[in-house]
Amino acid sequence: MTKMSMLNERHLQALRDIVGTEHVASSRTDRLTHSFDATQQHCMPDVVVHPKSTEEIAAIVQLAAKHRLPLLPRGAGSGFSGGALPVQGGIVLVLTRMNRILEIDTSNLIAVVEPGVVTARLQEAVERLGLFYPPDPASKEFSTLGGNVAECAGGPRCVKYGVTRDYVLGLTVVTPTGEIIRTGGRTIKNVVGYDLTRLFVGSEGTLGIVTEIILRLLPKPAAKRTMLATFTQIDGAAEAVSAIIRGKIIPTTLEFMDAGAIGCVRDLPGIDLPADCQALLIIEVDGEPAQLEPQLERIIELMQPLGLLATTIAQDAAAAEALWRVRRSVSPSLRKLGPNKFNEDIVVPRAKVPEMIRALEALSQRLALPIINFGHAGDGNIHVNLMVDLQEPGMEAKVQTALTEIFRTTVSLGGSVSGEHGIGLAKQPYIGLELDQPTLAVMQAIKAALDPLGIMNPGKIFPAESRLALAQGETV
Amino acid sequence: MSIHKELSAYRQELSACVRCGACQAQCPTYLATSKEGAAARGNLVLATELLAGRAELDAEAVRDLSLCLLCGACVHSCPNQVPTDAIVSVLRREISKKKGLGLLGKGVAALTGNPRLLGSLMRGAGLFSSLFFEKIPETSGLRLRFSPHTLQDRVFPPLPRQNMFARLPQKLPGRPDKPTLAFFAGCTISYLYPEIAEATVRVLQHLGYTVLVPRQQGCCGMPALSSGNGELLKQLVRANTAAFANLAVDHIITACASCGAALHQVHQAQHVQPGETGQDCTSFANKVMDIHVFLEKEGCLHTLADLLTTTTATSQRIKVCYHDPCHLKNHGVTREPRALLRTLPMVDYVEMDGAALCCGLGGTFSASQPDLSRTIADRKIEGLAASGAELVASGCPGCILQLTDIIHRAGLPMQAVHTMTLALAALEQALATKEEM
Ligand SMILES: Cc1cc2nc3c(=O)[nH]c(=O)nc-3n(C[C@H](O)[C@H](O)[C@H](O)COP(=O)(O)OP(=O)(O)OC[C@H]3O[C@@H](n4cnc5c(N)ncnc54)[C@H](O)[C@@H]3O)c2cc1C
Ligand code: SF4
Ligand code: SF4
Repeated sequence: MTKMSMLNERHLQALRDIVGTEHVASSRTDRLTHSFDATQQHCMPDVVVHPKSTEEIAAIVQLAAKHRLPLLPRGAGSGFSGGALPVQGGIVLVLTRMNRILEIDTSNLIAVVEPGVVTARLQEAVERLGLFYPPDPASKEFSTLGGNVAECAGGPRCVKYGVTRDYVLGLTVVTPTGEIIRTGGRTIKNVVGYDLTRLFVGSEGTLGIVTEIILRLLPKPAAKRTMLATFTQIDGAAEAVSAIIRGKIIPTTLEFMDAGAIGCVRDLPGIDLPADCQALLIIEVDGEPAQLEPQLERIIELMQPLGLLATTIAQDAAAAEALWRVRRSVSPSLRKLGPNKFNEDIVVPRAKVPEMIRALEALSQRLALPIINFGHAGDGNIHVNLMVDLQEPGMEAKVQTALTEIFRTTVSLGGSVSGEHGIGLAKQPYIGLELDQPTLAVMQAIKAALDPLGIMNPGKIFPAESRLALAQGETV
Repeated sequence: MSIHKELSAYRQELSACVRCGACQAQCPTYLATSKEGAAARGNLVLATELLAGRAELDAEAVRDLSLCLLCGACVHSCPNQVPTDAIVSVLRREISKKKGLGLLGKGVAALTGNPRLLGSLMRGAGLFSSLFFEKIPETSGLRLRFSPHTLQDRVFPPLPRQNMFARLPQKLPGRPDKPTLAFFAGCTISYLYPEIAEATVRVLQHLGYTVLVPRQQGCCGMPALSSGNGELLKQLVRANTAAFANLAVDHIITACASCGAALHQVHQAQHVQPGETGQDCTSFANKVMDIHVFLEKEGCLHTLADLLTTTTATSQRIKVCYHDPCHLKNHGVTREPRALLRTLPMVDYVEMDGAALCCGLGGTFSASQPDLSRTIADRKIEGLAASGAELVASGCPGCILQLTDIIHRAGLPMQAVHTMTLALAALEQALATKEEM
């Protein structure tokens, strides 16, 4: 089988004519440095282009359509599901040069941005004006808003504020045939025609290239308080999540860590946890300063009967940061447990979190595999990490067994195999566990209608296509 | 040593890069170019492929590697502390070895010991007297740092008549009950800003410490590291280790953030193998400590506060902001210099926006990449202007040199100074007032 892409010097020259010579890179080094994302997989593109405008992008897509060249939008390359991997080679369109905040409208609470703006930079800019853009993926310091839209990124604050989807009002998109379209608009209400905005949010770069984003903003909450609560066992912590919500309090953030995650960070300098602490929650509440203290007291009251060991309430920003350090230290310290990490981001209905955790613990014991769980308990989103050494004989198969079982249990509890990282390449084998054939067929019909040539981020989301793609893709 | 051998010493570290991209957030070059090849992650992918023999040092690789300021911001922001700066340094030495020293920067590395170039440098700049250059050793980083064409339009401080060695004795005695310290100056302080050396050692002397200023000390090695000059680097490690080897001191104090970082990096065994210098380099590196860290650790800020009890009238206080040198910030030192400034009665401290943004000097970077260096530098202007400060203090003479240039180009009504210069001024003012009383 040959590779789909057949890029030649004529194509390169055409690209240079569109964006300028210095923004077209095709040396081996340049292709190498754009061949990966946070999945740590590699696929070589044929050329890397750094466009600066919607019009340039439309011209590039038209060129690609004419010559049937695969095409792939890339933000910061921080994706966890392989969305930015050029499995069929072709043109990688890097959107990081399109990084202007075009407008912050303080009367209508709207921001208009280019896709390459880094999430945290927008947040800083609006917060200076007393406004607030809530979606806060842990990667916010480097991920782009275009990538956030394409993956419908979430984060700790989503319990209360929702995900990226809930803040996108309108988009400018270059479609796979090179058309420039505009979806939604600057108003909260808008029912004219199909809701294409929602279609493009979470479409993982397979339906078109987002070149401008209209985002909804909120007033910035006046104050925020952070609390760390430790528990004797995971059940207590998991029950606490439901108890708090049942108690009619929606915290800004409700993060949890299980015993395995705690074990990874317990001995780090500056982290001091009770010896019998087997689970913990980090809880944040925001709003009017006067309301927060009573809210925290009420939360403590609700947690008391559930094996609560201790609570620490941060008195200032530095103390809050110290509490967060406990949670942020988990990911980097996981490597201690095994060189290969399988990082899944399943999500189950909030009330099912205790059940899911119990199932994961049972599985971990049965297969003798370290499974570390932490994440956004408040919205049922659990980061399940299998830490293994794939060099061990039979490990590959064992991991596959574990993953399949984890996803089956997730779906049977009414959950979803990916809460925020997307399907991309990594989750393709499991999409069928969640979506039945007719549903998948509708999705593929949409893809075929918008991208009749199959050039826009080919080989992603849908399994059959991908296996083909993997066989074809030039890997490093 | 072959590239493979030197690089393979970093195999473990290279495999610790999980390709998350967090290093982009802080990399000054990435922020200025928005291109992955320049960021740590890109460099590490390249290094990994080079090590595996699947890539070569083509022109684009040389370009990407030459865009690094060796500022360490990536290391600091990396969840796994992958030492990208050290790995880039290894690759640069290889580039220089294979393709000649000049490749990494137009004329930069070639300056060492090339009289003709040196001559044109002096004419081009119109600033350096030949007398001055005679006084700078061949191995000095200053020769590596500035090339003729960057000097033409750069603002330089008036050159001091006497360098540090002429101004300071070899030993400044303190009180017998206090320990003895050694001072490492580095080229920028020795030859361009000897008053910073004077301020640092005098403050220490006021606090009771005996300070030694060894005559045989040389360049810290940062410019050699930055331009990939492996031979020069070894020579410097040997000289500096020898200069400080026989002193009975627990601490070697620096007032230059870059020197501090370079000494730590260069003297780790991976750069120059232990056998090569005949001295214990690691123990030398372990003694090196930044002056701000030292003052804070030893509780000197309290002593200083007591010495400075005289109050300054509010109207006479000077508004001062602080610029974080990369080589302090990225080693976790941000609190200490600010604490010192807040101790000084005549200082009205204001925090500037973008205090942590890189100034763009980066070893030989400003010479090899003048345009990019300025793009990075210009990001400071807004914060400096908005601060309303009359002085911007910093803990690195390189940053001060660069800030002076930025201030001049932007036409801002302020000056750049070293924190220790302010500390000495405060002490002298307090002592003078006490005498009057
Ligand atoms: C340490 C770390 C922590 C993370 N934490 C979170 C978290 O808390 N929550 C979360 O949701 N995710 C998280 N992620 C995953 C990742 O950061 C997000 O998916 C992010 O939205 C990806 O943005 P990016 O700019 O890196 O996109 P990329 O990785 O470059 O691309 C991702 C996908 O989006 C497509 N795409 C990018 N830009 C566009 C565009 N302009 N138009 C159309 N398609 C486009 C690409 O084709 C690709 O399919 C984390 C990642 C890391 C490394
Ligand atoms: S932050 Fe560290 S681990 Fe992440 S990509 Fe950069 S160097 Fe690699
Ligand atoms: S050392 Fe500085 S310039 Fe070099 S890659 Fe790291 S952050 Fe970028």
